[in-house]
Amino acid sequence: MEKLRYERPIIKKMNTGLMNKFGTRTEYEPVTHIESVPVKSLIKEYGSPLFVLSEKQIRRNYQNATRIFKTRYPKVQFAWSYKTNYMNAVCQVFHQEGSWAEVVSGFEYEKALGNGVPGNKIIFNGPDKTDEQLVAAARNNSLIHIDHYDELYSLIKLSEEHNLRPRVAIRINMDTGIYPKWDRFGFNFENGQAWNAITRIINSTNLDLVGLHCHIGTFMLAPSAYGIAAKNLCELTWSIKEKYNKVLEYIDLGGGFPSENTLKGAYLPGSDTVPSIDQFADAITDVILGYGFKQEDLPLLILETGRALIDDAGFLLGSVLATKRLSDGRRATVLDFGVNSLFTAFWYDHKVSPAQAFGNHTEEMVLYGPLCMNIDIVRESITMPLLEKGNHLVVHKVGAYNMTQWMQFITLRPNIVMIDTDNKTHVIRKAETLEYLELNEQVPEHLKQNPLK
Amino acid sequence: MKLKKNIATSGEGFIFNPGTGDSFSTNEIGAEIITLLKEEKSVAEITQLISGKYDVDASQFENDLDDFAAQLKDYSILE
Amino acid sequence: MTTPKKKIVIAVTGLNAIDSPGPGVAVIRAIRECEDFEARIIGLSYESLEPGLYMHDLVDKTYQIPYPSAGTDTLLGRLTHIHDIEELDLIIPNFDAELFNFIKLRNKLKEMGIATFLPDLDQFEARDKVKLYEFGKKHDLMVPADKIIFQAKELVETAKELDFPLVVKGKFYDAIIANTLEQAEKAFYKLQAKWGLPIIVQEFINGTEINIAALGDGEGNTISVIPMRKLYITDKGKAWAGITLDDDRYIDLAKKFIKATKWRGGCELEIMQTADGKPYIMEVNPRFPAWIYLTAAAGQNQPASLVKMAMGEKVEPFTDYEVGKIFVRYAWDLITDISEFQQISGTGEL
Repeated sequence: MEKLRYERPIIKKMNTGLMNKFGTRTEYEPVTHIESVPVKSLIKEYGSPLFVLSEKQIRRNYQNATRIFKTRYPKVQFAWSYKTNYMNAVCQVFHQEGSWAEVVSGFEYEKALGNGVPGNKIIFNGPDKTDEQLVAAARNNSLIHIDHYDELYSLIKLSEEHNLRPRVAIRINMDTGIYPKWDRFGFNFENGQAWNAITRIINSTNLDLVGLHCHIGTFMLAPSAYGIAAKNLCELTWSIKEKYNKVLEYIDLGGGFPSENTLKGAYLPGSDTVPSIDQFADAITDVILGYGFKQEDLPLLILETGRALIDDAGFLLGSVLATKRLSDGRRATVLDFGVNSLFTAFWYDHKVSPAQAFGNHTEEMVLYGPLCMNIDIVRESITMPLLEKGNHLVVHKVGAYNMTQWMQFITLRPNIVMIDTDNKTHVIRKAETLEYLELNEQVPEHLKQNPLK
Repeated sequence: MKLKKNIATSGEGFIFNPGTGDSFSTNEIGAEIITLLKEEKSVAEITQLISGKYDVDASQFENDLDDFAAQLKDYSILE
Repeated sequence: MTTPKKKIVIAVTGLNAIDSPGPGVAVIRAIRECEDFEARIIGLSYESLEPGLYMHDLVDKTYQIPYPSAGTDTLLGRLTHIHDIEELDLIIPNFDAELFNFIKLRNKLKEMGIATFLPDLDQFEARDKVKLYEFGKKHDLMVPADKIIFQAKELVETAKELDFPLVVKGKFYDAIIANTLEQAEKAFYKLQAKWGLPIIVQEFINGTEINIAALGDGEGNTISVIPMRKLYITDKGKAWAGITLDDDRYIDLAKKFIKATKWRGGCELEIMQTADGKPYIMEVNPRFPAWIYLTAAAGQNQPASLVKMAMGEKVEPFTDYEVGKIFVRYAWDLITDISEFQQISGTGEL
């Protein structure tokens, strides 16, 4: 006789308060496939944990965002934010779609060059650019976005010394009514610092002011804040034309559009509350189009959208290492990935789905990572079907920041695979090995003897 | 392992502890174990019966049963 | 021969008729009293001890639904399941925190054949506590000055601008009056822990509190307005007893509000009437208040009118109501059995 499917026995106290289940229906659907590739076979072939990216989804996101902006405004250019995910394969998908590169360090700058991005299509942002990097960027005709006065004066000096004419913009910070106000980057709009910097650049013989840049924050939930930012940049652009008869080529509104992840502490899930890209596009383009520029003077609108274009194209697959009961009676599930791989677990209550069919019963649990560290928590509280050792899980919307901010801590970082548009899988970054990690280590001669041997 | 004698169970997997006023729900296997406990079956007998009927090996089940029993005790359902 | 009255299947939330009551039971009572149609009432509950669950003469069947924080997908899944069994005609949600989800799902529900009679998202958000001051300025309605803050240290500046006492309010619920900076900080942290950020700090307006229940048709017309003054309140500030008033200023104010917002559905305006006769709008609740049965008792059955409009009927605005009608709320120990509690807790249905 064939045996019946087993499920471990559970008992739940009927709560007079919070309820976790509604009859025999649970809110979780198993996610057995990414695109049309079975989770089971992905893990079998590439191991667990495993990052999976969907090329199809990345392209869909990009095409959708460009369509939304281009149907509202005639001149739009996206620049891929390298820090969000600088796996070369990912960058190349964006470049193939027509995206420029937006980098914030010499390392990222070289990566963009290595990916074949022409220098004049690289935007160099951030407070950290060495003299050598500034000279190289100027020679390549890249767009250098100046962050502070020290950088402005270095660049003036360097361009005189090397006889260069760098194309520059300044980064501007401002009060758009949101919290926290990002005033640590760039020049302030309200107190006139930005205008002073603009004047200084225009009066310099070597710098060519071609645009204005701002980046008002991250995971922004208020489209109206972008409207304010666009208005301020338009105002400066207009004044520059009035006062110096100079027409700027572009305004760059930076990044910051949110993905549908749910921020910790939020009451409603992100999928319901996050504004759509259409709403941001309306807020921005209404302002620029309504500002009164002549058609030929309309600036190119540059966007450095990162998270919103990649987050939902990334998945983290993993496995249950153990289940246990904590001293207060709560169920705890230990997974083979933690905050080391899933860095964004610090900010989000990630959606986690089981990757196999399950029974009707659910329990509330903590999801722990495998690190021997108390902070290693994937979800503080989540209602899931009964999980057992060896079960697989899928974490959703992990495409942004994880593959760049992950930590090589205690254990090695896993494979990243990309599922292409024909549903073929490719490893785009191999799992790390001990050898790889020790490649740059050096042990002084006198420490090479180990007496325990 | 001994069930308190006044514990009331219903067919749908509901358990009522008249001593404390608490109600509980269990899944099918949980309900089955409680029925077996009512019949005063031993741990060995329960393990044999369940692992014979369901797709689980005896050691895994023993582990789960231990955990289940700890909870029953916690909820004052066991003596 | 009389034609049989059509039976409308109406799902209602907010069955928590407890010390800080939800409006659901009162809404159902008003609907049941209307003789123009018959209703089958489906209760939608969040918890297994909401008293309405056990009032079988008012509620025909109850289903548990997921908490608002689970999101619209989960809610829609559950409602689809309930609709498969019950063939719902109409849903009347009665909780502030769930309205966002129901408004978002409005079109999907309509496609399924389930009517709602709710404000648009824009209308709903314009009266949000966080934006009420702006809203008042725009429509020439008096609203106390406020500041939206994200950090406790902003209280220092805010107190300078607005002066003590201040009213410190949570994003969704709760308001605490603070007389000192210390009290304000304490209130800030308490409300932040409960409802998250931001926190609203409002100018304190001294006066007489008036509550107005109003119903708009969504095109700017006011179908009904009933002003009420609380005669006695509980320590939670909830009405224990109240009386209908006759004062055209309140009626005009409600009409002005509904005209400006083209409000669709029920709402409650919380007014503070100052000694010099200025009516400040303190808060706009985007749903019926818990005392809504008083509107039916006074001759303007707002819940029943909402049902009719939701079902596509044209409803003429009411003109009269009985002034001096009083409600006195009372507690009643309803008796049920463990099996009913187990049933709703275990299966999510009763």
